[in-house]
Amino acid sequence: MATMTYREAVLSTIAEEMARDERVVVLGEDVVGGMGTPGGPEAIGGIWSTSTGLWGQFGAGRVIDTPISESAIVGAASGLALAGKRPIAELMFADFIGVSLDQIWNQMGKFRYMFGGKTTCPAVIRMPYGAGYNAAAQHSQSVHQILSGMPGLKVVMPSTPADAKGLLRSAIRDDDPVMFLEHKALYGMKGEVPDDPDFVIPFGHARLSRAGQDVTIVSSGLLLGFCEAAADKLAKEGIGCDVIDLRTTSPLDEETILDSVEVTGRLVVVDEAPPRCGMAADICALVAAKAFSSLKAPPAQVTPPHTPIPFARELESAYLPSVDKIEAAVRAVLAYR
Amino acid sequence: MQLSRDALLNAYRRMKVIREFEERLHTEIQTGEIAGFTHLYCGQEAVAVGICEQLSIEDKIISTHRGHGHCLAKGCDVTGMMKEIWGSREGLCKGKGGSMHIADVDVGMLGANGIVGAGAPIAVGAALSLKLDGKGHVAIAFSGDGACNQGTTFEAMNFAVVTQAPVIFAFENNHYSEHTGVDYAVGTQRDIASRAEAFGMKVWRGDGTDFFSVYETMREMLEYVRAGNGPAAVEFDTERFFGHFEGDPQRYRGPGELDRIREERDCIKKFRESVTQAALLTHADLDAVDAEALQAIEDAVQAARAGARPTAEDVLADVYISY
Repeated sequence: MATMTYREAVLSTIAEEMARDERVVVLGEDVVGGMGTPGGPEAIGGIWSTSTGLWGQFGAGRVIDTPISESAIVGAASGLALAGKRPIAELMFADFIGVSLDQIWNQMGKFRYMFGGKTTCPAVIRMPYGAGYNAAAQHSQSVHQILSGMPGLKVVMPSTPADAKGLLRSAIRDDDPVMFLEHKALYGMKGEVPDDPDFVIPFGHARLSRAGQDVTIVSSGLLLGFCEAAADKLAKEGIGCDVIDLRTTSPLDEETILDSVEVTGRLVVVDEAPPRCGMAADICALVAAKAFSSLKAPPAQVTPPHTPIPFARELESAYLPSVDKIEAAVRAVLAYR
Repeated sequence: MQLSRDALLNAYRRMKVIREFEERLHTEIQTGEIAGFTHLYCGQEAVAVGICEQLSIEDKIISTHRGHGHCLAKGCDVTGMMKEIWGSREGLCKGKGGSMHIADVDVGMLGANGIVGAGAPIAVGAALSLKLDGKGHVAIAFSGDGACNQGTTFEAMNFAVVTQAPVIFAFENNHYSEHTGVDYAVGTQRDIASRAEAFGMKVWRGDGTDFFSVYETMREMLEYVRAGNGPAAVEFDTERFFGHFEGDPQRYRGPGELDRIREERDCIKKFRESVTQAALLTHADLDAVDAEALQAIEDAVQAARAGARPTAEDVLADVYISY
């Protein structure tokens, strides 16, 4: 085991996989940084420091610094993949899927099916996501539910450094297009990470991060930590919660959720995306349809309101799910009769 | 450059197969037997063939919604394509793609594409892969005059120049973006090549109704791009003999326009005239190819009609490699 940050887990995994497999290439805006400036190449090394040093180590052919052209970045990733490479493209902010959605949704997500299974498109699109930095409505969003609604894509949301490593390695080695969502507020999180160069976490297998008999809490990404904090607080009062980290929202580990709810009979889903047609609603519908007879209370959702993400500190705090809101939701489903 | 007799016959055969493929579809679609939207390439054959005859199987192309000609020119199987258009599970894409999504990566055909302008960035990516492989292969992004107005195409052209990708943007100007004229829709005075030039690449222009103009233009361009000079673009002036889609009433055409372009701007007719006048091939040579092409299409149609139909279970197959 090594101790490293979530950011270091991402960067080291990319570097290790590039060293292991020469088909792996990286592209994105400022992934080298400083190109065409007095400061020169690698003056920046990626605004999230998740590509620092790659250009020097692997060269310009495999680390492609791109213009600000998100459609072309994702499209080029598709073309690289169709031609036999394993691209890792970075969208600087997940919100920029809006600019590149056709290439994600109509192109890379559909090639395999439209072309009768003859094609693979092994591309990873990394995209820092999430709120908490007062970056307001266009640089803070959680887009996993939009992407999870698109057949052909896989959607991954690591919540710890170890998961960042194991899931990113799986993503790079996967033959399907993978949307890899890294929460911006987690980049500094430190944790133990296995040293095994083949440490992978398979998709579609949720992680039980806390175990309890009374309530099932389902979450992912940054909010997983909020759920753990709420569960730890409630445990001191003798209230036991299963806290399930989805890890991937497509594929979705239905079994782990249903198995837990069959024991607890009570469900709280905590998600950072808006409530309508969302991930939380999707999981509540799953439980209502497949574990109805186990339920002792209506499933509850803790999500932001159905609004764009506001700027001011007070407003963003009010917008986001919090430990207190999660705790209150758990108490509410327990109080239901 | 003088082409050999075999090269001329091969080129003519490809063009003729595309022509008969499309003419036959035009007839068959009217019976209602073929489902969905079909966009025919008839009239533009010299462009696809003049380009693809000079590509190897390692070179990549990406096509458009009007893609049958590009697919056939790059080497997609005639019967596999016909079966796909008929929706057979024996089709090139198992009946999942249809006319607008025919692809065969094994021959370097990375897909027809139902979204106008979507192909250019994908071609740039393929070109970057080929550049990394370092064997002098190129990618061709076929686009129409409609796609030249899409932001994705602009992004792709700049991206290609910045990354020096070995890609050729081949714009086929057939004067109609769906049902709207280039005089209206292309702001650079209906000139697409100058637009590509403004992105910083070398451009060519050619007569897309003249196989030899296309071939010679592309020969120069391929030499330039394969030598590592970065991307290039070309605009071929051509004609679309049918509507935007099959069933299009074409009320936007001028009086006598369709007869005139078939009479004066038919690339196959011009090819015949050119090679027979120069005594490179005889009418008998060409007539034999005509008969061969007609028979190949007849065989493909019969095979497509008899092809196995997909089942409800097939809906679920091939979404993911693993899920």
